[in-house]
Amino acid sequence: MPKANITFEDIGITVTVPAGTRLIEVSEKVGAGIIYGCREGECGSCMMRIVSGGENLASPSVLEDKVLKENMAGRATRLACQAQVLGGDIVVRPA
Amino acid sequence: MASLRAGVVDDQALCIAPGIHWLGALDPAMRQFDIILKTANGTTYNAYCVRGSAGVAIIDTVKEGFSAGFFARLESVARYDEICAVVLNHLESDHSGALPELMRRAPQAQLYISPKAMPTLRGVLKGELDPQRILTTLDEAGESRVIDLGDRSLRFLQTPYLHWPDTQCTWLAEDGILFSGDVFGCHFCDERLFNDKVGDFRFSFDYYYQHIMRPFREYVLQALDIIEPLPLRLIAPAHGPVLRESPGDYVRRYRQLATPLLHREAGDEKTLLIFYVSAYGATERMAQAMREGAETIEGVRVSLFDIAGGEVAPFVDLIEEADGLAFGSPTLNGDAVKPIWDLLSSLTLVNVKNKLGAAFGSYGWSGEAIGLIEDRLRGLKLRVPLKGVRLKLLPTADELVACRDFGHDFALHLCGRAERRVLDISELG
Ligand SMILES: Cc1cc2nc3c(=O)[nH]c(=O)nc-3n(C[C@H](O)[C@H](O)[C@H](O)COP(=O)(O)O)c2cc1C
Ligand code: FES
Ligand SMILES: [Fe+2]
Ligand SMILES: [Fe+2]
Repeated sequence: MPKANITFEDIGITVTVPAGTRLIEVSEKVGAGIIYGCREGECGSCMMRIVSGGENLASPSVLEDKVLKENMAGRATRLACQAQVLGGDIVVRPA
Repeated sequence: MASLRAGVVDDQALCIAPGIHWLGALDPAMRQFDIILKTANGTTYNAYCVRGSAGVAIIDTVKEGFSAGFFARLESVARYDEICAVVLNHLESDHSGALPELMRRAPQAQLYISPKAMPTLRGVLKGELDPQRILTTLDEAGESRVIDLGDRSLRFLQTPYLHWPDTQCTWLAEDGILFSGDVFGCHFCDERLFNDKVGDFRFSFDYYYQHIMRPFREYVLQALDIIEPLPLRLIAPAHGPVLRESPGDYVRRYRQLATPLLHREAGDEKTLLIFYVSAYGATERMAQAMREGAETIEGVRVSLFDIAGGEVAPFVDLIEEADGLAFGSPTLNGDAVKPIWDLLSSLTLVNVKNKLGAAFGSYGWSGEAIGLIEDRLRGLKLRVPLKGVRLKLLPTADELVACRDFGHDFALHLCGRAERRVLDISELG
């Protein structure tokens, strides 16, 4: 199965995961500083900054785009409860 | 005999400054507000009408059951066709109850809300309002919009999270009046309305702060940085007395209340609080071992507390200022014990976001307590960097070493000195 490496920059931990994993499935378990509210792409609590490898995430859904806009998020910002890794290396930290 | 208790009169607006009227509602029977607050003499829902030479603005409305009085007061000072702007500083039901009806009665009026209120507004209006009539109070360039009323104008201060993400304040510069929403409000009902006339509301003011604003202390401090420089002549909050006498005193009181309650004894050190409950001493010995391990790391100040020997409120004060929190509980009937949950359920009073959390405990055969506490800590938005330690019944010497290591590693995380690691998802459990 294709793999991806997600690095949580704030805590210095890299996790190898199967492609298709959502960030939320990993970040809490390793104790990264990304926080969650609704867990379903509505509240914007889980905004994270993509330090590198943004192209290795599936594009945001219409819903995610809308929430990011409403929260006046910058371009390198995504919702950790929505973003899914496709492969390769991704580095993130709390927004 | 003429009453000295003049003030609010039924169905009449009350003038608070030339051309500016209170249109609110008195709710003297209210005893419990938002489930979490008590009030011994009710509350008020304050709404205001600002008349300028070129139009009228309404700031906030009232709770739904009080709409009739609100509209009667409004009609005593303005016609609906004069209203060009309706401002909602905060969309909670106690202020938005009469909003849909007001927008119907004043079909030419625009609604002004903070950008962060947009998602909430959908829940309040359920699609009843033409989107063309809704404006956010920041323009595309991120500057405050201005509502021009001719000889007067309204501007907006973004003060999110005081009390909801949507909260803002409205500033009338020409008169030095701040329409502050829930900020500087309190649940205190007195028809004399002005702070120099009403009864003693000091307790109510502080109590309101402690329950509504305290969880958002960082945001309070940011808001105060914006509000303190304003040349305030009057604060018109959304609940309780209108603050016309020495309004600056209330801003200073917020600054005091938002300053940490406990002097920071530990200086630059990181503080770790270990709380435990233990019936036969096993979890207690784990807690002591964890403390020993954590204390080997320089720059970490560790405190150990048996929850059974303390009260929740002072623990909450300590927790507000701490960097790391560990909770030890035995498993009883498949759960952590009640004193742990009582303490954890009180943490919504303070901000614990991004503090480090950990759980540990002794158990007999299933040991659910540790995982449940960890889930709760994550739910409270703490970071849980290490999988908790559990052990069966009485600790062996080796198991106490594992507890010591746990304390040591947790302390390293607290100081940001944990090593970089590469893991496979299967190791996360
Ligand atoms: C003090 C207070 C705090 C709130 N905090 C949150 C919150 O953190 N997240 C959320 O989604 N809603 C929050 N709400 C909104 C309520 O969940 C919402 O108003 C709900 O509709 C109330 O339901 P009820 O009519 O059954 O009381 C809060 C409401 C109050 C009164
Ligand atoms: S947790 Fe609410 S948007 Fe992700
Ligand atoms: Fe509120
Ligand atoms: Fe309110």
